[in-house]
Parts: sequence; C-alpha cells; structure tokens
Amino acid sequence: MLKRVLSVVSCLTAALCIFTACNGNTNAGTQGNAGNATVKEIRYLNFKPEIAEVYDEISAAYQEETGVRLIVETAASGTYESTLTARMATSDAPTIFQINGPIGYTSWAEYCADLKYTELYKHLTDKSLAITANGNVYGIPYVVEGYGIIYNAKVLDAYFALPEKATDYSSVDDIKSFAALKAVVEDMQKNKDKLGIDGVFAATSLKTGEDWRWQTHLMNIPLSIEFENKGIDLTGDGYKTIDFTYAENFKNIFDLYISNSTTDKKQLGTLDVTSSMAEFALGKCAMVQNGNWGASQILGVSGNTVAAEDIKFMPVYMGIEGEENIGICIGTENFICINAKASENEQKAAEDFLYWLFSSDTGKDFVVNKLGFIAPFDTFEASEVPDDPLAREVTRWMNMDNITNIPWNFTVFPSIHYKDNLGAALLKYAQGTMTWDQVKTLAVNEWKSEFGA
Amino acid sequence: MQKTLKKYFPIFALPTLAAFAVSFVVPFAMGVYLSFTEFKVVNSSEWVGLSNYIKIFTTDETFLHSLWLTVKFTFVSVISVNIIAFLLALLLTKGLKGTNLFRTVFFVPNLIGGIVLGHIWSLIINGILGIFGVDITYNPEYGFWGLVVLMNWQLIGYMMIIYIAGIQNIPDYLGEAAAIDGATPTQVLFHITIPMVMPSVTICTFLTLTNSFKLFDQNLALNGKSPETSLLALDIYKTFYDHTGLKLAQWHGMGQAKAVIFFLLVAVIAFIQLRATRQREVEH
Repeated sequence: MLKRVLSVVSCLTAALCIFTACNGNTNAGTQGNAGNATVKEIRYLNFKPEIAEVYDEISAAYQEETGVRLIVETAASGTYESTLTARMATSDAPTIFQINGPIGYTSWAEYCADLKYTELYKHLTDKSLAITANGNVYGIPYVVEGYGIIYNAKVLDAYFALPEKATDYSSVDDIKSFAALKAVVEDMQKNKDKLGIDGVFAATSLKTGEDWRWQTHLMNIPLSIEFENKGIDLTGDGYKTIDFTYAENFKNIFDLYISNSTTDKKQLGTLDVTSSMAEFALGKCAMVQNGNWGASQILGVSGNTVAAEDIKFMPVYMGIEGEENIGICIGTENFICINAKASENEQKAAEDFLYWLFSSDTGKDFVVNKLGFIAPFDTFEASEVPDDPLAREVTRWMNMDNITNIPWNFTVFPSIHYKDNLGAALLKYAQGTMTWDQVKTLAVNEWKSEFGA
Repeated sequence: MQKTLKKYFPIFALPTLAAFAVSFVVPFAMGVYLSFTEFKVVNSSEWVGLSNYIKIFTTDETFLHSLWLTVKFTFVSVISVNIIAFLLALLLTKGLKGTNLFRTVFFVPNLIGGIVLGHIWSLIINGILGIFGVDITYNPEYGFWGLVVLMNWQLIGYMMIIYIAGIQNIPDYLGEAAAIDGATPTQVLFHITIPMVMPSVTICTFLTLTNSFKLFDQNLALNGKSPETSLLALDIYKTFYDHTGLKLAQWHGMGQAKAVIFFLLVAVIAFIQLRATRQREVEH
C-alpha cells in the first residue's frame, strides 16, 4: 500500500511541477494582443544572463517610444541551446534569437531569416563577420569581444625594476615572442615572493564546463593560423578536418601556464574561472588568460587590489613564426537572427527593434553604457565605446598598425562534446596520465568523427 | 450513496486524469515516438525507424560504458546503503541514550538537495586528496567511490527511518517467546527481526535501486561531465545537449532512444526486484 501511495504522490508532484511551470510561461506575454493587426510584441531569447536586467530597461524604453512590447527571456548560463530547443517548439517561439557561428547556423538554418536587406546589416562595419550562406545573410554579429593574456601592469613594472632580474627585458613592449614571454615568466616565478604573488599565472581552471579558456579560446589560436596557412575558406567544407599543425606550440604555452601558476598542476581539475579571476583581482598572480568580459570579475571583486588602469592585454605567444605581428583574439560568437517561421509583421517588428537599439540615441546609450558592448556598426562614433579598461584595450589593439588580430574561428569547432573531451584530455595531460601525443591524436580524430567525415 | 458516487465519479476524477494525461501520458508517448525519429525541436521530426537504437549500441562510444558503470554503481550502493541503514536502525532501537538526537542527525543529509551535496562532497574529497597532491578527477576510480560515499551519506538516514519503523512494528511477544525458548541474539536477528522487516526491505531496496540508477545531479556536481564517470542519466543528457551542428537532429534522436531504453531498464529491474522481495515477506 505504501508503495502505491508513494508512487501516486510522486506522480502528482511531478504533474504539479510541470503544470505550474507551463502556466508561468504562457501567462507572461499573451496580454495586449487583442484584435489588432499590427504587431504589439516581439520576443527575444537573451544569451547573456549577466545583462538580463538591462534588457528590462530597454524593453520599457522601447515600449514608451514605439508602443511595441519587447518580451525578453533569458537562458541560464550554459543552457542557451537547450532553452532555444524547447522554446522553438512552442507557440511563443522567440522572434529574435542568436546563434554562435557557422555550426550554430547549421543547427538552426531553417529558422534563420535572410537579413541581407535589413538596415542593421547595411550598417555592419565589417561584412565578413556576418554568417552567410548562398549569398544570403543569416546572422549579424552585434558585439565584438577580445581575449588574450590579461596582465597586471603594476606587477610587471615591479619585476622590470627588480635588481636581481635575470632577463634583459625592461618593459612589456619588449615581449614580442614566446621566447621572451617564457624567459620573463619563469624569472618572475622565481622571484614571486619579492613580487608579492603566489604565481605568475592564475590557476588553469580545468573543471568540466570551466575549461573553455583552453579547449576553446587557446585552441583557437593554433587552429586559426593553421586555417590561414592552408588557405581554408571557413564558409566551405575545408575546416572539417584538421592536422593540428601547431600542436607543439599549443603545448609550449600550456606548459608555461600550468608550470608557473598559483596552483599545482595536479590540482586543476576542480577549479573554475571565477576563482582564477579572483586570484588576479586579489593580486595573487600577475597574468590570466581571459577576455574583456572579465573586467567586471576583476573590478567587481571585493578586496580587489588591481587598479583599472593597470589591467592590460597582451597577445598569447606560443612560438609560431611571425607572431611578433599578431595581436589579441578579436571576434564574436554572438550573431543575432530573426526567426524565419514568425509572421512577416513580427519579423519586420524585430528588424525595427534591432535597428532602433543599434542606431537611435537612446538605444546606443544602452548598448555602450549599460550593456557594455563594443558594437560593430558604423552608427557608433569612435568615442562611443564602453568605459571599462579591457574594452578600451580591445579597441586599442583593433586600431594598432602592423598588427593582425586573430579572428574567433572557434565558432567552427564541432560541438560541446568535442570541447569537453579536449578539456578532459588537457586535464589528464596536466595530471601526467596522458602524453601530449595522445592529446594531439584525440584533438585531430575527435574533430573528424564529430563532423562525421 | 453508491449511485451518487458513480454519477459524480468522472467530475471528481477528471481534473486528476487530465493532469495525468497532460503531464505524463502525452509526453511519455511523444518521447517513445521521438526515439524513432530525428528531430531538432519536438514538433517537427523525421521518421528513421530503428536506426537510433542501432547507433547507440554500435557507433556510440559512451552508452555501453555508462550503462556498465551505472550497474556497478547501483549494485555497490544498494548493498552498502541497506546494510549500513539496517545496522543503524538496529542500534537506534535498542533504547540507547540520545537515540532521538542520532536519528535526527542521520536523517538530515537527506534534506539537502543533490547539487549542493555534490559540491559539499567535492570540497571534502578534494580537500583530502589535496594532501596527496591530486584531486578527484585524477583517477575515475576516485570519482566512482566518491559517488558511492555521497549516495550512502544521503540515503542512509532515510532508509534508517523506514527500518526503524519496521523494527518497532515487530510485536514484543515474538522476541520474548524466542528468548524463553533460549534463542541467541543472532538467532533472534536472523529468524525474527529480518523476516519481520521484509516489507521495509522491499521498500528500501526499491528506493535505493531506482535512486542509484537514476542518479543525475550528484553525478554532475561531483564528477563534472567526464565521460569516464558519467552514469546513464548524465550520458543521456550529454547526448541530447552537447552536440551541435549538422548532426544535431540525429543526436537528439539518439538521446531519446537512450532515454527509452533507460526507462525500460528501470521498469524491468524495479519489477523483478519487487516480485523477488515480495515473496519473502511474512504476514502476521
């Protein structure tokens, strides 16, 4: 009897949960649509939870100006694809959503409307950034981001002023190659007590889900250079196999990271990005590889000892020829799309909203000052960039002469599965249970098998 | 009276039946249907027959591994949880001092959610392994046994309460009669206590078995997504969500097929187990 009661009770609870969840969702946006042909609302599935509240303000401002209601739903961190999968199947499917690049496009191709004739695309500064297929435009990048090695200029200056330093370099500008970086880093590690740090690099976080700085961002550099040297057109099929030509170079920098760090290399499997950023913020290390979104994770940490003007970017050097001319990695994995299965009116309303956001004074103010985006549209003046140290660094690197910044080609990485497996292999390499050759083989073979080539 | 009941039965039962249909029967039927298709979103799918089922047993690298790991894990934790819980129950029905306090203390871990537990144990285990300069990801065995410890810690308190209730239900005269006949405590345990708590054993093994087999959040929080330590539920989740791109629809179908097999396994195991322990129960 007890069993029966238990099973009935559990069924009922499950039923209740699902019921209440459904209700919560459907009620959200069905009001205000009564008997009017013009579109009164557009739905947007937001990718970035950290700025979800700003979209509420944007929504209020837009409704006040135009009367159109913008309903913003936000996917929790790391669940965008699953949320999108679920929402697309409902009658409240988002009108505006985003994809993460060419691979994301193949997942959602039949839902992406052609954006070639939209105002927004006309104002895109660098048309090559957009997602295109068969001459049509399906995704428009709306934010440009950059990553590299973030360093604390104060600690580096302290090192260069150190009487017992063993290298000849006297400023960050002298570090233009892996050899220089390695010499400086290793000497700094030796003098870490005098510099007041626990290690040069923040912990190389390799916990699953927290290892994207290595299996995605760091991996992007050797692969981007490989694609470029082989002349592979990323809109074609050429990227579906890789040789990982610069595996040794990846190993160079990875070894440098894990051997000159705050944390022993056998204990990296449970650390996350937030704790690495906190180490940097608290002045326990001098360098950390991350992107401009990390500025808030440095300046916003309580007990932060790093001044805004000391936070700078340098390129990730790994010993590839010609690297003195490469810059940091600048690109995007945020491409805005309009749902092709929405009605024509809704699609038009969505276009209007996006153009308003990235061109009107009110919209631009939100973009620059509240969302903190470096927007790639010519509607923005050179002075209209977010006021945080790393965003300014990204624009500084973008405008540097004789420097080629590396694009974000990890948008063609096959899947999360691939990245997770590569991350797991890197962890085992750090722990000493896998050789570098095995990591390289896995990186090449899994790439191929995920693409089914 | 009977007549009125009959008359109004549909009206009273309807809300429940409707809720049951909407939230269980329909999704379940859809789920089974989708396992024979390839789909990106659930309302547009393409029939592919049995190919998803064939793929998960032939080309998929992770399914059989996690199935075997889940079986091992379930086996170990069902035995350890039940033995320890039963021993604790015996101890805490002896009228020792502070019995109520101990019962509460042992029960409390059950009130903490899975993800939180996973993170707590991840801190503890990594703290200990840290002394040896490694962490839980160093060796899949560590992850496996860490999960067993976690599962025990979480379930023992709950099972203990069920066993205590069972033991307290044994009429005193049985023990007294046995004592008069000169039975040793061991004989009392094996010939009276254990047969008399068989209904509790049924419930407890059933609960531990299904809970261990379906373990998900603790697995994710403690072991991360490493393929070597992923149990079935986590493997299904990864199959469904961690593949993007051209073959997305196929991975979704395969994930769905895995879920159907998973359901069948849980149902069959639970059914066999219920039948087996039921036969050993005694009525009094």
